[in-house]
Amino acid sequence: MPQQLDIAPRLPQAQDADPGASKFCPGCGHGMILKTLAFAIDDLELHQRAVFGCDIGCSLLAWNYMNVDSVQTHHGRTTPVIYGVTRAVPDTVGIAYMGDGGGLAIGAQHLVNAAVRNEKMLVVLVNNTNYGMTGGQMAPTTLPGQVTETTPYGRDIEASGKPAKGAEMVASLVDPEKALVTRVSVTNLRKLRTTFKKALTNVAEGRGFSFVEVLSICPLNWRTNNVTTWDKIKTMEEYFEVKDFVMPQELEGVK
Amino acid sequence: MVKKLITEDTKLFMTGNEVIAYAAVAAGAEFMYGYPITPQNEVMHTWCKLLPKTEAGFLQTEDEISAGFSTLGGILAGKKAFTATAGPGNVIMQDAMSMAEMMRIPFVCVILQRGGPSTATVIYSQQETTLTCFGGNGEGHRIVYSTAGHQDLYDYTIKSFNTAWKYKFPTYVLADGYQGKMREPFVAYDPESKGIRMIPATPSLRAEGLVGVDRKAVHMRNTFNMEEELMEVLDSFEEEFNAIAPEVQEYQEYKADDADILIIAHGIVARSACTAIDELRAKGIKAGLFRPITLRPLAVEPLRRAVESSKQLLFAESANGQLARLVFEKIYGLTTPYETLYKMGVGITGGDIVEKVEQMDGAIACR
Repeated sequence: MPQQLDIAPRLPQAQDADPGASKFCPGCGHGMILKTLAFAIDDLELHQRAVFGCDIGCSLLAWNYMNVDSVQTHHGRTTPVIYGVTRAVPDTVGIAYMGDGGGLAIGAQHLVNAAVRNEKMLVVLVNNTNYGMTGGQMAPTTLPGQVTETTPYGRDIEASGKPAKGAEMVASLVDPEKALVTRVSVTNLRKLRTTFKKALTNVAEGRGFSFVEVLSICPLNWRTNNVTTWDKIKTMEEYFEVKDFVMPQELEGVK
Repeated sequence: MVKKLITEDTKLFMTGNEVIAYAAVAAGAEFMYGYPITPQNEVMHTWCKLLPKTEAGFLQTEDEISAGFSTLGGILAGKKAFTATAGPGNVIMQDAMSMAEMMRIPFVCVILQRGGPSTATVIYSQQETTLTCFGGNGEGHRIVYSTAGHQDLYDYTIKSFNTAWKYKFPTYVLADGYQGKMREPFVAYDPESKGIRMIPATPSLRAEGLVGVDRKAVHMRNTFNMEEELMEVLDSFEEEFNAIAPEVQEYQEYKADDADILIIAHGIVARSACTAIDELRAKGIKAGLFRPITLRPLAVEPLRRAVESSKQLLFAESANGQLARLVFEKIYGLTTPYETLYKMGVGITGGDIVEKVEQMDGAIACR
């Protein structure tokens, strides 16, 4: 007889228990990333100051995921909504949560200019190398040769260029003394939690712009199983270098 | 709190764009997000020049998309924020405006119309009427004031903030570059001195109370799962919009009571119509004006009365009948004949209207 678990999973306080089961596809990386983000908010006790904004695409399913004030916006427009909030009420710790399409395609101009202006906010860009919600089309981050619905014979870099490297681009724009720019992966959630803590601290202390690109997985659209999903994200980690690109000295002590 | 600049009635002589900035300060606007586009630039210039005195906020964004969405962010955070734009900027800002419409965000935007479509000309038209009233992928749940001069710009910019915050429908001041760029005297005042109580802004995000202690976290969204779920929301918006229409709608009549020829015009063209009417009446032609001030919602009953009691209509617009289309729907069933004076993207003088009216059947019959 199968037995029901009677021990509730440990949820971070900054995650809302009300929505119940995850709305993301089985195996999706978003749930892990959001839960880790929520733990980082708990760690820093930012529940009252945080405002969470989410984009269109899979990330919009997070609209009621967090137990902090949240706003779901339009595709690509989470960054301006959040800096609209933080400019108006500067002690807000604004978090703009988006996919690679929202950050690097339709909302790229906002990411570029928020970085240039050192907007005091955190941008979390989840890179899973495709547009998930709309059925798996090519994203700016799709790897060379990767099969998607709009590159059924593999991404041809002659026709559509090489994958966009978000963290490298943002790193070239920011104030190196004040901004945090990093790329992490869902394969290391401990590192992800520390990274979120640093990124949130950078904003909470009013220093500057934080950009965290998270390499993530999309088994449904990738059509991968457990083993091949892992293989694929490891391939991604070879292409998209997982490292801190810009890290203010003051944050070295954040563990 | 923004500091007041005008505490007692003061007669000023300045450009319309300056008037708008002064009026926004008088209305207690706390933040402007904006992106340069002609002919609205001096709204931002003036707002920025006044910042040391007003202690308000300003952000120059990367485009009008961003200006629109960051304005929404500021409003959600509880600031009385606004923006201003024109032409192609109005086009791309519709993205944010439709979010304001869906989420009932008290968005205030001043539109200085310029020629269109596309880049076209930079100073004048009435071609953003349809766009401002019905832009976006929605149903036009918006309130639009069309101004005809500097006193209007001052009065309705102030009013637009109260309208937006009272009814939570996006609210527009629709002007044009002629109004924005020309100088004219007007009386600036502190709204409170006129008994106008400015509605305070309240936050949607980071409202009072501790999340998880005093209140739940708010989750604002504009996405729906089911068609019926959306319709239920939109039905309630429509019902509310219709219910408030009688107290929101505004219009102006000039010698319309006994008019044989009723000129229907809005904005600055309505002023040309007034000069034309005086000239025509001196010639024995009984002309009058119906000027909708609110284009959304239109003052339907007064409009129908005026149309019904006249012998012939003249629609005068610096567009190809954008106002007329709004009006036709509302005067369905009436049989008053009409003629048109449409000059797409070009100003209409009193002389143009006199010349046109003199050729109309209704005028010939007067003689």
